Amino acid sequence: MTAVLEIAGLQKTYRSRKGVRRALDGFDMTVEAGQVHGFLGPNGSGKTTTLRTLLGLIKPNGGRMAILGREVPESLPEVAGQVGAIVESPQFFGNFTAQDTLSLLADAGGVRKERVVAVLELVGLRDRSKDRVKTYSLGMKQRLAVASALLKEPKLLILDEPANGLDPGGIREMRTLMRNLAESGMTVVLSSHILGEIQLICDSVTIISAGRRVAAGSVADVLKTHTSSSVKVGLEAGVDMRPAIELLRANGAQVSVEHDHFTVGNAGNPAQITRILAERGIYVSELTPMSADLESVFLELTGTAPVEGQNRQVDQTAAATPASGGWGQ
Amino acid sequence: MSLYSAETRRLTKRRFTKLFILGVTLILAAVAVGMFFTNEKVGPSQIASAQAQAQQDYQRSQEQFGRDMADCRAAQGTDRAGNWPPGCEGMVEPTPDDFQAQWYMPPTFDFLENFPDMVTTLAALLALVAFIVGASFVGAEWSSGGMMNLLLWRPQRLRVLGTKLVALLAFFTALTVVFSAVWTGLFYLIAQARGSTEGLTSGAWQSIGLMELRGLVLVIVAGAVGFGLASLGRHTAMALGVTIGALIVFQFGLGTVLSLAEVKFAEAYLIPIWMIAWMDKEVKVEDYNSCDFSSASGCVPDSLTLTWPMAGGILAGVFVLVVVAAMWTMRSRDVT
Ligand SMILES: Nc1ncnc2c1ncn2[C@@H]1O[C@H](COP(=O)(O)OP(=O)(O)OP(=O)(O)O)[C@@H](O)[C@H]1O
Ligand SMILES: [Mg+2]
Repeated sequence: MTAVLEIAGLQKTYRSRKGVRRALDGFDMTVEAGQVHGFLGPNGSGKTTTLRTLLGLIKPNGGRMAILGREVPESLPEVAGQVGAIVESPQFFGNFTAQDTLSLLADAGGVRKERVVAVLELVGLRDRSKDRVKTYSLGMKQRLAVASALLKEPKLLILDEPANGLDPGGIREMRTLMRNLAESGMTVVLSSHILGEIQLICDSVTIISAGRRVAAGSVADVLKTHTSSSVKVGLEAGVDMRPAIELLRANGAQVSVEHDHFTVGNAGNPAQITRILAERGIYVSELTPMSADLESVFLELTGTAPVEGQNRQVDQTAAATPASGGWGQ
Repeated sequence: MSLYSAETRRLTKRRFTKLFILGVTLILAAVAVGMFFTNEKVGPSQIASAQAQAQQDYQRSQEQFGRDMADCRAAQGTDRAGNWPPGCEGMVEPTPDDFQAQWYMPPTFDFLENFPDMVTTLAALLALVAFIVGASFVGAEWSSGGMMNLLLWRPQRLRVLGTKLVALLAFFTALTVVFSAVWTGLFYLIAQARGSTEGLTSGAWQSIGLMELRGLVLVIVAGAVGFGLASLGRHTAMALGVTIGALIVFQFGLGTVLSLAEVKFAEAYLIPIWMIAWMDKEVKVEDYNSCDFSSASGCVPDSLTLTWPMAGGILAGVFVLVVVAAMWTMRSRDVT
């Protein structure tokens, strides 16, 4: 398989009067041809910055990038015809209709006029295409954005939060659309916070946290390597969970509390849990290894799982220290 | 070429553009209609009536003078003498020269003499429209995020901005050429109906043509400056704000300071005088605080002549400065 998109050691520091902010800190990413690739990360982790840099909107401070085997930003003008992109809810000039907006883009990019009608049909805006964009709902604008990205029949489609504002039907349509596009040979890079969705449609993912890659690979691989260590613990009915939780935390366990049970995130050796609790006369009634889902892997890797009694601030994330192995081994 | 035609289409599709062009058309039409109705053709009967009126006024003032003189003489030696100049001297007797028939002529539109002002009017209005439309054309694109979309499509920044600018300037060139032609034709007809088209030699036509050409240059520079400022500030309001700020600081503030400081030729630092110099080929600024005495003509104020090449140099300088600055920042800025 060939890499359609390669990023290595990407650096970006924003400078402003308020000081400097290191948004990307040696970020790496590889996307193989024909895949649907999920690009995940907490708010402010650098997803949009990565995509903007890749598409030549902002200048990186270091690192190298290639699209379809060509170095960018140097060769961007040549590959641009094969890349369709939307970056974080693009805005359109409100007084033009969807039809006008797309046909102007088609003109500017030398795309056949028939494509305009085709993509409007594809994203379900056919009957509203003569309305001014100003009058569109959030989801309709998002659909228009996706339509604009598809206009060129790109080989690589980059979508930054395309599901933002879509209704459930729209999300499902988007999912089908992505799959169909990938089957037709298109490579899709998709950033999203809807992890259930990503797990359903993506072949592979890259997870970014604080400007660095913390995990990458096929969805199955990422799940396998990162979540086997999580177990669900239930106590006998009527027994107070709090002493047990304090005890485990004191021993270094990552505990998150649900209403009638709790989970230990880094339980490499579940027997440890029963032993610690039993020594204090607390008996476990349920101890189930959790089947991994992308959400819990994501929370674990990025260190953004909610902690009781704390309000996590946006930049409080785990940086580039993949939590493997874990407690209790 | 595809980008160019898309930009032209975008420009002409905008309601803002349509609205302003419609507005300027209405204003120009009003000016033409006004000129048509306030002027009339001068024939033998108008000349005769003007002469008669001049003669009548001359006689009336002659009689008045006679009465005043008599009153003055009568008052000499009484206590009313204070109301008159001492010895009744210095009372000026009117002469026929003070009542020339030409001042009694109805207004008439003499093409050769009056059309140049109309050319300046047209150029000034079109320049204003070009400035505002140019600023909004790129300003709205920046502030709405349309520029980002366009750059995703064509990741060639200078090319995108340059094409936009060229499309804008080409549009306004065509517009100015068409408007100038119609404007000239219209006033030629008005002159024929309500004045005269005498003295229109080929040389006269040539100088009118050149003046219209200078008007075109003014429109282009105004459009480019509006565009450049709005692109630098990424907002329409930026261009308008900078301009209004510059006008206030330079025209009112600087004007006041300079005249307080009694700087020689203070007007030469102000923008309008340069516009006039450009359109009328030259303008003379005089310093009334000075006196170059000559026995032939007495005291003559110092003067400074601003010529169109000087004004043209300034226009070119502003054009290059703003456009280069806009292109330079476009090259390197982060588009977020
Ligand atoms: N124009 C800018 N100037 C300064 N800092 C910026 C700018 N844009 C982004 N940043 C900072 O860079 C970091 C990464 O932002 P980015 O927009 O890439 O995050 P993201 O992963 O897309 O987040 P989200 O999921 O919320 O969209 C953040 O800390 C943000 O504050
Ligand atoms: Mg983002």
